[in-house]
Amino acid sequence: MCLAVPGKVLDIEDRDGTRMATVDFGGVLKEVCLEYLPDLRVGEYAIVHVGFALQRLDEESAQRTLRLFENLGMLEEEFGDPWAAAAATPEVGR
Amino acid sequence: MAETIQAAPDLTAWTCPAPLRDQPKVVMGHGGGGVMSAELVREVFAPAFGGRILSQLGDSAALTLGGVRLAFSTDSFVVRPLFFPGGSIGDLAVNGTVNDLVMSGAKAAYLSCGFILEEGVETRVVAKVADALGAAARAADVEVVTGDTKVVEAGHGDGVYLNTAGIGLIPEGVDIAPQRAVPGDVVIVSGAIGVHGVAIMSVREGLEFGVEIVSDCAPLGGLVATMLEATSDLHVLRDPTRGGLAAALNEIAAAAGVGVEIQESAVPVPPEVDGACAMLGLDPLYVANEGKLVAFVPRQHADAVLAAMRSHPLGAGAAVIGECVEAHPAMVVARTGLGGTRVVDLPIGEQLPRIC
Amino acid sequence: MKYIEEFQDPRLAQRLLDEIHATVTRPWAMMEVCGGQTHSIIRHGIDQLLPDQVELIHGPGCPVCVTPLEVIDKALEIASRPDVVFCSFGDMLRVPGTGRDLFQVKGEGGDVRVVYSPLDALRIAQQNPDKQVVFFGIGFETTAPPNAMTVYQARKLGIRNFSLLVSHVRVPPAIEAIMRSPSCRVQAFLAAGHVCSVMGTAEYPELAERFKVPIVVTGFEPLDILEGVRRTVGQLERGEHTVDNAYPRAVRPEGNPAAKAMLQDVFEVTDRAWRGIGTIPDSGWRLSERYREYDAEHRFAVGSITTEEPAACRSGEVLQGLIKPHECEAFGTVCTPRNPLGATMVSNEGACAAYYLYRRLGGPTAHKETSPVG
Repeated sequence: MCLAVPGKVLDIEDRDGTRMATVDFGGVLKEVCLEYLPDLRVGEYAIVHVGFALQRLDEESAQRTLRLFENLGMLEEEFGDPWAAAAATPEVGR
Repeated sequence: MAETIQAAPDLTAWTCPAPLRDQPKVVMGHGGGGVMSAELVREVFAPAFGGRILSQLGDSAALTLGGVRLAFSTDSFVVRPLFFPGGSIGDLAVNGTVNDLVMSGAKAAYLSCGFILEEGVETRVVAKVADALGAAARAADVEVVTGDTKVVEAGHGDGVYLNTAGIGLIPEGVDIAPQRAVPGDVVIVSGAIGVHGVAIMSVREGLEFGVEIVSDCAPLGGLVATMLEATSDLHVLRDPTRGGLAAALNEIAAAAGVGVEIQESAVPVPPEVDGACAMLGLDPLYVANEGKLVAFVPRQHADAVLAAMRSHPLGAGAAVIGECVEAHPAMVVARTGLGGTRVVDLPIGEQLPRIC
Repeated sequence: MKYIEEFQDPRLAQRLLDEIHATVTRPWAMMEVCGGQTHSIIRHGIDQLLPDQVELIHGPGCPVCVTPLEVIDKALEIASRPDVVFCSFGDMLRVPGTGRDLFQVKGEGGDVRVVYSPLDALRIAQQNPDKQVVFFGIGFETTAPPNAMTVYQARKLGIRNFSLLVSHVRVPPAIEAIMRSPSCRVQAFLAAGHVCSVMGTAEYPELAERFKVPIVVTGFEPLDILEGVRRTVGQLERGEHTVDNAYPRAVRPEGNPAAKAMLQDVFEVTDRAWRGIGTIPDSGWRLSERYREYDAEHRFAVGSITTEEPAACRSGEVLQGLIKPHECEAFGTVCTPRNPLGATMVSNEGACAAYYLYRRLGGPTAHKETSPVG
């Protein structure tokens, strides 16, 4: 359902009483309606679907998620994950 | 909320829509360069015309006439808009036919050109198209030697339609055809893919978007000549136009009865093409090119051919993208960035922007 | 941060995969609800990289596929009128109604246009005041706010030659219907991230609790999908069933309040037929009383068109993983990707189409088979 892609707001203007933005999708520029994210600012990223910005992308949260992925193996290597280790043991035994 | 639901629907009866593919009338997909186009040719045209040469269904026909080997091809152009970033219908009409000839290793020599004009179109526009066509012919080192003009009533055409046909000479010792692909061949693409299709889409009504890339429309005779200097033993050349790289690779795999395996991460896709495809839900492998070729080269010549391509301006971005394999004959398989695989199938009709 | 490439990193994907492989101890069947996620799974070959015990059942989240035959027939009728410009998202053009599709209406002279956004259709209406411009308003909660805004704008700007043919559907009632299906074997859901970007997550805890299923809000890039699977497998292995958000950069618990308010104003909840499933109570939206004059069904008096869904293939059973595609009598004979009977054969991501393609591949790269219900 919902092919929605991240884009970066380049500029914002009011057109016929509607808040519109030029949004950059990796070098492709498209007019996008900001009525649902009225406080979105130039330089911020949003999820855009059929010409509408629907949700602001939160950089801090994205970084946190990536750090979590980064640390997945590390945690196991450093401390061992007893639950995962227990789960893996029967496989090894077979 | 839960109480308002009566009998739970039984999903075992679930059916979903099936596209009507056995069309009683021609639809746009028949011109899309995919499965529907191929069926029209195979089921309607080929039986009607017969003939051994036609049945090879190459980009151009290889003929022997009076002891001389000729390549012969024709192509029609119904592009809208007539002028787009990086070119026009006139450039396409020359380069499309020239490249079809060049893909058999021929040196393109002469073109014919038919104009089908819509009543009411401005003569200024026709002149501009003709100028572009003339300039493109000079750039491709071919001569337009015969032509025709017809006018259709207003509303029965899109301003200007063009048809070109061309002939060229196939040099001694050159035998390039889709059927010649063999396992072990290295698959090389001459540069960034999807550029023409994205440039055209960017100005199409209802889809318009801003992008700084222009059509890659170009004649490929010089590039192929450079490749033939590296080795005359090129197995297959194809210009991945409608249906993109995916259609070209599928046609070769089917014609030769071989498998093709590509590394997705090795395929050169410019960021703008990636961006436009992400936005519209398209796959770059299916987007049209007008100045690129894909080559199947025997492994021992691959390095030399790649180096030769990179020495030519139209092949500067050339890259090895995969190889021809014995497994899965007539199929194209891509290894994804994550290490999985996916089948790259022949498109059915036109690729449409999707929301899903 | 571009929010795309970072979430496609093969190195991090391997970490997630390692973790999933290390965690799973027995077979689990989870459904990704959204067609966009199915697309991503096939596009990146993710299903082949997961442990054999993890079965992904491709859900009903394709608005194109679930739009009922009757609505398609209404669209075809409206689009055939000489005074109408019929605008649609590209994917709807190839969906057949009774005997024909929008491509054929176009081939027969109908003015059918593909647009990127419903606002493009509104602009066409402004530019063609002597034409009736109709937009085909399909989609889930993600697409409903753009369509709602377009109708709101038409009303505000006094553009009277614009109308919307509405067939909007909602995810939570579909999840409920799936769980209530007598043969259901879904044990967890990857919820559709972009639906939740709009609606938030408040609708899900009750469903997770009532049906004892983990519901993990999941994004669309490869790492997002793997993270959704990782968290789902974790919950299943631990015997938990909570709502978890694996896509926090784009999903807040409250969703998008402005969009939800607009939905409240422009639409009202209604029963909706899903193609091939039948009517699911409260599973859709229609234009509210205030906007009824922009309803194409009323404007073109096509309300009387009723179409019975023909009995066809066994895609329902395939969708639930009850049978393998090749166990359907029609598979590969009368039903092929070229002439498909059901949705599962229509798109490349469909279980039957994928099976058809990958079966030809054979060998170690063959599409992972799912085990039938035990």
